Amino acid sequence: MTNGEKNRLKDSIFKYIGVFACSIGLILLAIFIGNIIYDGFNRIDWSFLTSLPSRKAEKAGILTAWSGSLWIVIFTFIIAVPIGISAGVYLEEYNRKNKLTRLLEINISNLAGVPSIIYGLLGLEIFVRLSNLGSSVLAGSFTLALLILPIIIVATREALKAVPSSIRAASFGLGATKWQTTWYQVLPAASGGILTGVILAISRAVGETAPLIVVGALAYVPFTPKGPMDEFTVLPIQIFNWVSRPQHEFAINAAAAIIILLAITFTMNGIAVYFRNKWQKKINW
Amino acid sequence: MKYKLEAKNIDVFYGKLKALNNINIGITENAVTGLIGPSGCGKSTFLRLFNRMNDYIDSFKLNGDIYIDNTNIYDKSVLVDELRKNVGMVFQKPNPFPKSIFDNVAYGLKIQGINDKAFIKTRVKDALKQAALWEEVKDDLGKSALALSGGQQQRVCIARALAVEPSIILMDEPTSALDPIATAKVEKLILTLKEKYTIIIVTHNMQQAGRISDYTAFFYMGDLIEFDKTDTIFTNPKMERTENYITGRFG
Ligand SMILES: Nc1ncnc2c1ncn2[C@@H]1O[C@H](COP(=O)(O)OP(=O)(O)O)[C@@H](O)[C@H]1O
Ligand SMILES: [Mg+2]
Repeated sequence: MTNGEKNRLKDSIFKYIGVFACSIGLILLAIFIGNIIYDGFNRIDWSFLTSLPSRKAEKAGILTAWSGSLWIVIFTFIIAVPIGISAGVYLEEYNRKNKLTRLLEINISNLAGVPSIIYGLLGLEIFVRLSNLGSSVLAGSFTLALLILPIIIVATREALKAVPSSIRAASFGLGATKWQTTWYQVLPAASGGILTGVILAISRAVGETAPLIVVGALAYVPFTPKGPMDEFTVLPIQIFNWVSRPQHEFAINAAAAIIILLAITFTMNGIAVYFRNKWQKKINW
Repeated sequence: MKYKLEAKNIDVFYGKLKALNNINIGITENAVTGLIGPSGCGKSTFLRLFNRMNDYIDSFKLNGDIYIDNTNIYDKSVLVDELRKNVGMVFQKPNPFPKSIFDNVAYGLKIQGINDKAFIKTRVKDALKQAALWEEVKDDLGKSALALSGGQQQRVCIARALAVEPSIILMDEPTSALDPIATAKVEKLILTLKEKYTIIIVTHNMQQAGRISDYTAFFYMGDLIEFDKTDTIFTNPKMERTENYITGRFG
């Protein structure tokens, strides 16, 4: 075999390995989703969405679960987004580069990789116990906000980095202050990227289970939260609870709830992708 | 004769590197002053002294004084944003904001807190007219400035600088990213602007300096080698270095 033939052979072998690796992932996912839809799709109806949990599988619904998820997402958003974006703007636009800030930056990147249960333990100690919030919506939201803060900060910084410095120079050159430059030019130019990051972070929060279990979210809550200090459950916890029951009817309920949860996260990710594409098309410098 | 701008005993350092060495120069009002010299000789550094754009560079250090209308602009009492309303700048690569043509030109007024819509409209129109762009864009003011050609973008940037009514305009190789036709338009524009404004322009294109500048300063490795009327510099330079550069023997 000549050298060229060898290289081409290597090339095609690698191609087949690649195709194989990709298809395994996709096929498994397709089987899983197909299975879930087969089990659960017929279970979804209006009363499933609007019923309280029950010991009888056919009467049980996900009202408390999805309304709990909604409360959690709203408060997590309110807490995490302003802080995350501000921190990103500070680090990228205002901060002078020195050893301390480099340490800060590395740590923020590391925080994004900390297992979520650790955040749960932190939340349990700081919010549930020390701050006396109990196992409330607010305690859960603060905990999830901590979890997604690094994601938002990193996404904000990446989006700001992509804004060319010539835009900043143009704004300063006209007599704009740092704040005006950031607010009127840099943030709007980066908004697509920031928005994408925020949606992805929130969709991560929707699916989180472990930290909320640690914080004390209950599997059985016979009421929907009326305020931020109420106890709550969320969709993933409801699913976890149903899956762990022996009766087959509850497994069907779980499949139906999984479909709802997947629909929510897919929709959010879809919106994120849409905004990212739109933003990239609009701005090519 | 009084000068509009004056640089006195200017040394500039970037860390250990000395970028400008004891520069003294006086710049005449309502004239075009060209800064020429080989790449890296300090033209841009010198130009950016007049609107304090070097201040953002961490390693930048300045000795000496810069006067505009007899005020030392590096004095602690001078507000940088006020200074820049009087000293506009046009950059090497056209850098319009990713917004409409109108919003680009109106931005300088907006950040001054001006809300009067009619007033802003007139100013935008005037500025676009002065920048010789009005006829080309008057029906499309809502169009994104990024959708314009390079030459039009650069004239948007010039209009944007004019809209805040500065008295001085700094230009750093404003035509180096443009094709010859767009370059000719911008050069013609500069000649009309000098009636109202004092213009300092960096160019590494000597013919351009010859065509548009009244005075020319030749920089070489951080030194100001020669500064005089453009005619004198081009036809009868006093220094051999200048002559070598002008005649294309180096640089
Ligand atoms: N931001 C900076 N940091 C450090 N050195 C710089 C910076 N800008 C320019 N210099 C140096 O200063 C000298 C003059 O640069 P510049 O003013 O850009 O020259 P010109 O515009 O004539 O090409 C060069 O040696 C350049 O490397
Ligand atoms: Mg330069």
